[in-house]
Amino acid sequence: MSAPTPEAPTLEVRDLKTHFFTREGVIKAVDGVSFQVAPGEVLGLVGESGSGKSITGFSILGLVDAPGRIAGGQILFQGRDLVPLPESERRKLRGSKIAMIFQDPMMTLNPVLRIDTQMTEAVLAHRDVSKARALEICREALVKVGIASPDERLASYPHQFSGGMRQRVAIATAFLNEPELIIADEPTTALDVTIQGQILHEAQALCRETGTAMIWITHDLAVVAGLADHICVMYAGRMVEQGPIDAVLDRPAHPYTVGLIGSVPSRNRRGGRLFQIPGMTPSLLNLPEGCAFRSRCPRADIACLEEPPVHTATEGRQVRCVHPHDEPLEEMLS
Amino acid sequence: MLVYLLRRLGQSLFVVAAMAVLVFVGVYAIGNPIDIMISPDADQAEMEAAIARLGLDKPLWEQFFIFVGNALQGDLGKSFVYSTDAVSIILAKLPATMELAMLALVFAVFIGVPLGMIAGLRPHSLAGKSIMAGSILGFSLPNFWQGMMLILLFAVLLKWLPSGGRGETAELFGIPFSFLTLDGLSHMLLPAINLALFKTSLVIRLARAGTREAALQDYVKFARAKGLSSQRIVLVHIAKNIMIPVVTILGLELGSMIAFAVVTESVFAWPGMGKLLIDSINLLDRPVVVAYLMLTVFMFIIINFIVDMLYCVLDPRVRLSEAKA
Repeated sequence: MSAPTPEAPTLEVRDLKTHFFTREGVIKAVDGVSFQVAPGEVLGLVGESGSGKSITGFSILGLVDAPGRIAGGQILFQGRDLVPLPESERRKLRGSKIAMIFQDPMMTLNPVLRIDTQMTEAVLAHRDVSKARALEICREALVKVGIASPDERLASYPHQFSGGMRQRVAIATAFLNEPELIIADEPTTALDVTIQGQILHEAQALCRETGTAMIWITHDLAVVAGLADHICVMYAGRMVEQGPIDAVLDRPAHPYTVGLIGSVPSRNRRGGRLFQIPGMTPSLLNLPEGCAFRSRCPRADIACLEEPPVHTATEGRQVRCVHPHDEPLEEMLS
Repeated sequence: MLVYLLRRLGQSLFVVAAMAVLVFVGVYAIGNPIDIMISPDADQAEMEAAIARLGLDKPLWEQFFIFVGNALQGDLGKSFVYSTDAVSIILAKLPATMELAMLALVFAVFIGVPLGMIAGLRPHSLAGKSIMAGSILGFSLPNFWQGMMLILLFAVLLKWLPSGGRGETAELFGIPFSFLTLDGLSHMLLPAINLALFKTSLVIRLARAGTREAALQDYVKFARAKGLSSQRIVLVHIAKNIMIPVVTILGLELGSMIAFAVVTESVFAWPGMGKLLIDSINLLDRPVVVAYLMLTVFMFIIINFIVDMLYCVLDPRVRLSEAKA
């Protein structure tokens, strides 16, 4: 979609490792993930539940709860590594330079505080402005995400809003301080399809307009296909494939990506049986040796017992597989 | 809202009526006040005159309806012992108990909530564990024993605080209060702590459970993602959410603190309503006991009502749904 730009990336994650040190053992929720996002660009971070995509988001924000911590790698935000920064420094970045939108809009707003309280506090935490000015900023933000009569809305409580409205409020809150990077953690999964479309459109428009980079975490390939410029597929805490969205969706190289795409119902393959990936996601506590996808992979053989290397192919595409596909998607699924 | 109020009023009236029957029949089934009140060498005629004067010659149901008739006019009977209005005897003792219970409530909230929140935020720390262990002691040590230990420690051994009585009082709106003088306040301190210990433990547990639950909620994570300071998250986002259960329980407990401060008032010789109740029971002064219990019922109803109103302040969701009802 977008040509490779000489511009420096807003965010570059290098070999990120976020591990949880539990009594049962070390859970490698994120284990060697690398990607980058340029200004105004949308990266789709795709994977099943438990693949580590949300933890990746929280790691970037510095909100990994104990017993988890970042065990290795770098998170370069505008060239500066966030991992060694003290909590006070990270807090200053949160909500101002890096914002996050959560999955369930019913849960993200505090039920006992008014919307104006919850929005202005985000402004006042980072900017030295008067309360009246903060309220004005919040009002403008609500108008931008398409909320009518913002004054009335500001004086309301979350339970007086529908799910879509709440998510709009959350998005408006995320954009309040004009962040450089927004991490959206499945923000549309809990919403109706029509509302989903509106929210997607608004988020995309806001990013294009402000040059904000965005990481859109989702398990829904259809959402990513319409929204993202790049895609990064995760499986069991590892990046398995990434690259420009069209290239990956048209010619997926990793068998897991092929399986994911094949599992989505499509009009082109109407009437045929839907593809299923056999088996289940492995427990992160006892991952198999070598490739984590080995036990579910139709192409697996003895070579997969070794840790698969990351192939860097053309157009910034990366695949972590010993036996990558190289034929177009149609041939694989037919 | 009006419908809701009327419904509440109806329920309250039913509770009052049911309590009136239970209390009256219950109290009148115990003992014979004539034996205590009239000297044993009084002759039969004197005795019968006394019985008639107290209205005890009539059958129970008739006595009950006389009581109800008077009660509807605001008269809950005359004390057998003091021959004056039972309600005014009780109300004369009310301020003493009230100020004690209020101070205890203040202790329970201002000690219990912060300690509970600390224990909830740091459940595995030494502080968190010590607070929880302390609250178990507060729950399980008998109230009277705690009171005696407080006297032993602070009054007898350390001689810091007086052991009993109300101390000096000052008048506010014509009512004597202890908390207005330094001496009175020093007299209040030990009994108030004694009365508050159990409630504080209760509040600690509630605040801890609430904090632990709230801290895991997405709105707390979202608040952190907004870059708020942890003080603001704890003091605004979490605190406001845990106040709902705390207010509920404290409302009910305030009623029981006022009505049944009997043990503490006895241990510290605090001249409040609880001590009056014990004395009246010993003297079989039925009208005072009945009037006391009826006033207690009224008080509980009113406190519950206030708690419901407070919900509306604390929890916007209640406000809306009940405005619709």
